[in-house]
Amino acid sequence: MILRLSFPLVFSLLATSVQAASIAMEDQSQLQTPAAVSHAQYFQPPAESELPNNAYGKMVRDGYALFVDTKRMAPNFVGNGLNCSNCHLGQGRVANSAPLWGAYPMYPAYRQKNDKVNTFAERLQGCFQFSMNGGTPPTADSKEITALSVYAYWLASKAPLGVELPGRGYPEVAKPAQGYDIARGEQVFKAQCAVCHGDTGQGQKLGQDYVMPPLWGKDSYNWGAGMHRINTAASFIKHNMPLGKPGTLSDQQAWDVAAFVNKHERPQDPRLVEGSIEKTRDKFHANDGVNLYGQTLDGVLIGQGIR
Amino acid sequence: MIPLDRILLSSLMLLSVHSAHAVEGQKIFTQGGAQPAAMACVSCHGADGLGLAAAGFPRLAGLPAGYLSKQLEDFRSGSRTSPVMQPLAKALAEDEIRAVTQTLAAMPAPATPVITRSATPDGLGERLALRGAWDRQVPECVTCHGPGGVGLGQTFPPLAGQSAAYLTAQLNAWRDGTRRNDPDDLMGHIAKSLSAEEVTAVAEYFSKVNSQESRP
Repeated sequence: MILRLSFPLVFSLLATSVQAASIAMEDQSQLQTPAAVSHAQYFQPPAESELPNNAYGKMVRDGYALFVDTKRMAPNFVGNGLNCSNCHLGQGRVANSAPLWGAYPMYPAYRQKNDKVNTFAERLQGCFQFSMNGGTPPTADSKEITALSVYAYWLASKAPLGVELPGRGYPEVAKPAQGYDIARGEQVFKAQCAVCHGDTGQGQKLGQDYVMPPLWGKDSYNWGAGMHRINTAASFIKHNMPLGKPGTLSDQQAWDVAAFVNKHERPQDPRLVEGSIEKTRDKFHANDGVNLYGQTLDGVLIGQGIR
Repeated sequence: MIPLDRILLSSLMLLSVHSAHAVEGQKIFTQGGAQPAAMACVSCHGADGLGLAAAGFPRLAGLPAGYLSKQLEDFRSGSRTSPVMQPLAKALAEDEIRAVTQTLAAMPAPATPVITRSATPDGLGERLALRGAWDRQVPECVTCHGPGGVGLGQTFPPLAGQSAAYLTAQLNAWRDGTRRNDPDDLMGHIAKSLSAEEVTAVAEYFSKVNSQESRP
């Protein structure tokens, strides 16, 4: 009995160490996001009170707990100070805040660019590796990925499969005609963001735990995360920030402040090609929205990474 | 009115205060400022600075000095109103504000249990605290005020250990616009989205949160 069990154990340990070098979902470029719909009747996820008191209900709660308290619940897979709920507001329920009910029904997703099919589990693993800068992500059949998938499935109860629901992702805010201005963005940051995120984007902690997420530096998302794109951050900011006051910044302010935030150093892109920022830019960043990775700004190369 | 242990606690504290600022601050706390109108904090906020719940006078003990001095400045300028506190704050000198707020910040606060966002809420007040009301863009209270409403930094004051009367009065002041000294209208905006029932429930919740068990 003991022998029979130990073989798969050894095998899975080997598999884990082999996987350490691989990237779960290499293509992190964004899927097309629908434009914002005004006064849309958004999809309504089920209420917590509707959860059954059985193993399914418990797993949904486990997934929920991981989602809002990721750093504490899954410390081995979170290399920075973030929780899922920092970028998916309202516990993954809120329209225009990349709600889980909008994401779950879109997977498995086919990407024409590299002719690959990505599963929802791979998408979650991508979140862990990039947004959470977590190194080797939990395996597809781990309790973390399973519980998060069950939570997402539950939130998407009765949603149509393969249909882009209004409020999915962060609806794209078009780049302003004038482009963006980092100096102006700094002014927006000081006036509207620093009160929570700190003067230097460092976030705010209570003891060991972040209450307000850091926006750059070693405890923030890495250079491979979707949020490093200025267009994605601008869309997130426009629809979700300042907290409780979405839509109060102009498109221009959202782009300016997104550029200011995303010009700052953060952990290196784990897909780094042969230790070269230039090669990594060419392969992964050059055609991925608007971003500053690998570019030179005021004589400084951006994307050097920070530990 | 004031329990004996609280009197003993604050007497002990008096003895343990050493720094020059704290000594002066302590004097303002117990006896008032140089001007007669700058009345002593103890008379309304209690010897331990934990407030007088029945009267709706808030706890000051353990609140961050930056938050307290901003409130006093706002009472002086009129951006926060109170018939009692406005003349009092105007009678305090700048260095007296600095001293007394540091003394208050150093006073012991009630222990707040660790209640993480993953806890399952029981009742309307706790649901608002831990889940928010995102259909109206009301974030979870703990997102800014910290787990259990313990407070965060110099800007987001503790809600835990404040009386229901004080919290209700403040939320209602945010709602009707008589209090508007928050950064960027963050709190005013939220309070205006709350119903009267929600205000009562969430104020009740935070006034009693200190008696709860931790739910990490």
